Amino acid sequence: MSKEKAPRSEPAQQPDDNVNKRDKSALATDLDHHDHPHDHSHLDDTALRVRSLQTLLTEKGYIEEAALHALIDTYENKIGPRNGARVIARAWSDPEYKNWLLEDATAAIASLSFQGRQGEHMVVVENTDNTHNLVVCTLCSCYPWPVLGLPPAWYKSAPYRSKAVIDPAGVLTDFGVSLSPDKQIVVWDSTAEVRYLVMPERPENSAHLSEAELSLLVTRNSMIGTGLALPVETLS
Amino acid sequence: MNGVHDMGGMECYGPVDPDQDTAYHHDWEKQVLALTLAMGATGTWNLDQSRFARESLEPSLYLSIGYYRVWLTALENLLKQHELVTADELEQGQSLGASAQLTRLLTANDVPGVLARGAPVSRPATTLARFAVGDQVRVRNIQPSTHTRLPAYLRHHTGTIHRVHAPHVYPDSHANGLGEDPQWLYNVRFCADHLWGEARSNHRYVHADCWEPYLMGTADE
Repeated sequence: MSKEKAPRSEPAQQPDDNVNKRDKSALATDLDHHDHPHDHSHLDDTALRVRSLQTLLTEKGYIEEAALHALIDTYENKIGPRNGARVIARAWSDPEYKNWLLEDATAAIASLSFQGRQGEHMVVVENTDNTHNLVVCTLCSCYPWPVLGLPPAWYKSAPYRSKAVIDPAGVLTDFGVSLSPDKQIVVWDSTAEVRYLVMPERPENSAHLSEAELSLLVTRNSMIGTGLALPVETLS
Repeated sequence: MNGVHDMGGMECYGPVDPDQDTAYHHDWEKQVLALTLAMGATGTWNLDQSRFARESLEPSLYLSIGYYRVWLTALENLLKQHELVTADELEQGQSLGASAQLTRLLTANDVPGVLARGAPVSRPATTLARFAVGDQVRVRNIQPSTHTRLPAYLRHHTGTIHRVHAPHVYPDSHANGLGEDPQWLYNVRFCADHLWGEARSNHRYVHADCWEPYLMGTADE
């Protein structure tokens, strides 16, 4: 059903990276992929419709434009997956912190000043040598914003939302990830206001690395479960 | 509501495309996100009503117009339903009458605090939790025509209580304007081969958060 792809090793990007990147193979059924290169008029119509709505709501006194800028700026420049990477690197480096994180993730994450909207109730699930965890929201697009930023388009797409709970190994294949056959896959469907973050397995031969170096190996996808932490050689 | 938004287990959508890797495709999508958050912060409607507005879109639209057009259309509908704007005003992009009185306005100064505080939905317990970790439960076969956070693929299946969270605001009531109606929330573990007949590959479990009204003890059967 899906072709094998080379293993992906994306860095934990801030959500504004490649903001306007266009996809060439958009599926009409994919909630985020509608804008084919040919539908410029549709696109411009929407841009105008949004601008017109913003003008109306400002005129009515329901919104303050500066607040919109502040909201956009927060999720473009201040909150992203580097936050989550710091949490995971701390847990890898400090067994006490790791225990706290697995017991009360909301408090342990807040101790690093990551907290708030869409991360009010956090749970961290740990990958081990026999378990791989994968997080999805089948009903909409729930995602832990304070530690990962806004979700990538694929996370919100129909293929991911539908397939993750019935065929997670197939999803991993789509991402070019293959697990050892004795590793069980556990899927977490974010049906309530509890947000899940995966603690990936610490890379082999990483005992000598500092917390800051470790955090560079923690990718966004490894904290969703569609990827693994990067190997130590990535740093050299 | 049984609807196309409830996608768990569907197999008609093809493979996941990992190259769809960014949060936005167009600048206007950022504005839609910000407008939705800013209007949400006025407290005119709650998060569950907002989700229901998106789920209630005509199915072919929901599946085809793109994620942020779903948000945009739902926002326009909520503004009309709550009589904050009229259809004519939306059409013309300008105010044609008096504004509604809102309880709050989100200012730029408020933004850091509002985002950092978030909106926790756990509430103090006023009842004992009916289930404990390890209990066997069955998901009730409830199919409300209004908002619910019970995915269809879980209905009628048995699972094990994995974690007792706390009483949380109950979306099924909250989306209907019936108040917060807090109910105990549990994380329930389901065996993949029970849900899907035969688990594929090494898929072992699916976990989902379920409110107490979604569940019954298997001893009740």
